[in-house]
Amino acid sequence: MTAPGPGGFETAAGSGPYFGEFGGRFVPEALIAALDELETAYEKARSDPEFTGELARLHRTYTGRPSIITEVPRFARHCGDARVILKREDLNHTGSHKINNVLGQALLTKRIGKTRVIAETGAGQHGVATATAAALFDLECVIYMGEEDTRRQALNVARMRLLGAEVVPVRTGSHTLKDAINEALRDWVTNVETTNYVFGTVGGPHPFPAMVRDFQRIIGEEARAQVLELTGALPDVVAACVGGGSNAIGIFHAFLDDPVRLVGFEAGGEGVETGRHAATITGGAPGVLHGARSFLLQDEDGQTIESHSISAGLDYPGVGPEHAWLSSVGRAEYRPITDAAAMEAFLLLSRTEGIIPAIESAHALAGAIQLGREAAEAGRRDTILVNLSGRGDKDVETAGRWFGLLDEQALREERA
Amino acid sequence: MSTSTSLTAARLDAVRAEGRAALVGYLPVGFPDPASCVTAVRTMIDAGVDVVELGVPYSDPVMDGVVIQAAVERALAGGVRVADTLRTVEAVAGTGVPILVMTYWNPVVRYGVDAFARDLAAAGGAGLITPDLIPDEADDWLTASDAHGLDRVFLVAPSSTTERLALTARASRGFVYAASTMGVTGTRASVGTQARRLVEDTRRAGAERVCVGLGVSTPAQAAEVAEYADGVIVGSAFVRPLLDAASVRDGVAELGRVVAGLADGVRGGGR
Repeated sequence: MTAPGPGGFETAAGSGPYFGEFGGRFVPEALIAALDELETAYEKARSDPEFTGELARLHRTYTGRPSIITEVPRFARHCGDARVILKREDLNHTGSHKINNVLGQALLTKRIGKTRVIAETGAGQHGVATATAAALFDLECVIYMGEEDTRRQALNVARMRLLGAEVVPVRTGSHTLKDAINEALRDWVTNVETTNYVFGTVGGPHPFPAMVRDFQRIIGEEARAQVLELTGALPDVVAACVGGGSNAIGIFHAFLDDPVRLVGFEAGGEGVETGRHAATITGGAPGVLHGARSFLLQDEDGQTIESHSISAGLDYPGVGPEHAWLSSVGRAEYRPITDAAAMEAFLLLSRTEGIIPAIESAHALAGAIQLGREAAEAGRRDTILVNLSGRGDKDVETAGRWFGLLDEQALREERA
Repeated sequence: MSTSTSLTAARLDAVRAEGRAALVGYLPVGFPDPASCVTAVRTMIDAGVDVVELGVPYSDPVMDGVVIQAAVERALAGGVRVADTLRTVEAVAGTGVPILVMTYWNPVVRYGVDAFARDLAAAGGAGLITPDLIPDEADDWLTASDAHGLDRVFLVAPSSTTERLALTARASRGFVYAASTMGVTGTRASVGTQARRLVEDTRRAGAERVCVGLGVSTPAQAAEVAEYADGVIVGSAFVRPLLDAASVRDGVAELGRVVAGLADGVRGGGR
């Protein structure tokens, strides 16, 4: 591990625009003024008690924070008898960690006097969270979603429309999340005077990676104190799934300067060796996509390669620049988890603990199984903190198909 | 703005000496296919384009509207490679019309910034237009373009501050690309009224040559922009005939007519 500078990794991570050689602003000049405006507004807001107080009030009275931690001993028996503790972001209003970031950015939108928000969404969780905040704050809301994803996540499309958002199916490129981001960026370039782009993950141009991280840090701050209180010690390992990487960075950050292993689990799809995966750090290379220099899945010409994952929320060929940096300096490890391993963990948590996780979070659970068994083989019984970033209600149909639990005939008749 | 080795600046100055603005014409490499692209570019040059802008097809073109997206998707589906850009430059260079390459940044990063500059210069290219690279992030490219004597065209937008106009003017060589409106490429009913002010502000910030792009599609619009800019950049209006035509031959013929109309426009015709 590269030794951190004075103040440790937390200080070295800083507030952008660069994380080592990663990050920056690779966007059209037309957006620079808006990014500067956002950066300035955010720098003021983060130290303004009125802003931080209002956000804290919303966390408490709207989202339901602090989210609890749950120890899962029956699940842990399958993890080499490790001690496994879940941080329950699935219990937040709207069902995932996404709301933490969205409330912060919606408040900021009000502060800079804009009346319209746009966002991209893959699985629909960030879109639902943004539509929710737009309803709460009376903002016009347009969500861009790859046409492919609107089919995979039809219920979330209906949820966003119920909340009053316009959902635009994106039919360019590969019809998935990356193309939804392209379309949202085109909208932003055109309507930037009235519109704020509520970016969903710790990627994109500065200040998004640092700002979204700051809005998600609450996960790790709460969890660190909660685990200390429960066990009297820090966990040995923190595990989280990584698509763009916002839930992972949110829980990692509080532990950056602790003697705690940080492991991010990427979507291995059908296996990294098959080329059909979304494991950007494991199987990608450095480059520039959607405004930041980071790792991405690309061919030898620098064309973005389509990613593949059973989890729409991890199905993205890029990753946040701070993760690329944490990987490059050796502070965090990144490993792939296949669709099959994630689904096995999905079923296991449901059956042993009565908690149905999001398929995204199931990648972190599968990671905990690996880590716990490896520790057991080395003769240790580790405490593993897992970020359960979302609940699995949205994934019941996917899981039903995977495990053959659906009565297909009845479904067809119902739809006819 | 440095001008010592600029092919594009020399061409714009020669055009200015004729008392008119230049016509800068865009087409994506490999569209409608690699061989026809070369024919189409030669047609554009014969019909009166003063500077050519060849686009590198890219999977995520965030500054492009539907027409150019469709053309680029077709080129990529046809298997076009970044190396085809260099081959196309080589095939159309040497007529006295500067060949600029418009590229999103990742293909250049992947190729290697210095290697791409070296190979582009060897192919006879004049330089790069970089829609998603701002001078603040361009250290490698500033060095490579100096080393290989290439132009570097950065963009300004109606939202750019005075400080950023100055920064961009200083970093650019050849000309500064003024985006006429806030938005992406594509034809529009009118060119923004902001364009004239942006050109004036960019000159005041130190730019010697400013060309206007985004939304120009008719001879009348070209004539209007030609009154205050050094050049008029046209993309979607040149791509459209090739997208819409029943055959490549028909498309190229129609392209020639559209170019001739706009070439007349920059000479003050078509109003």
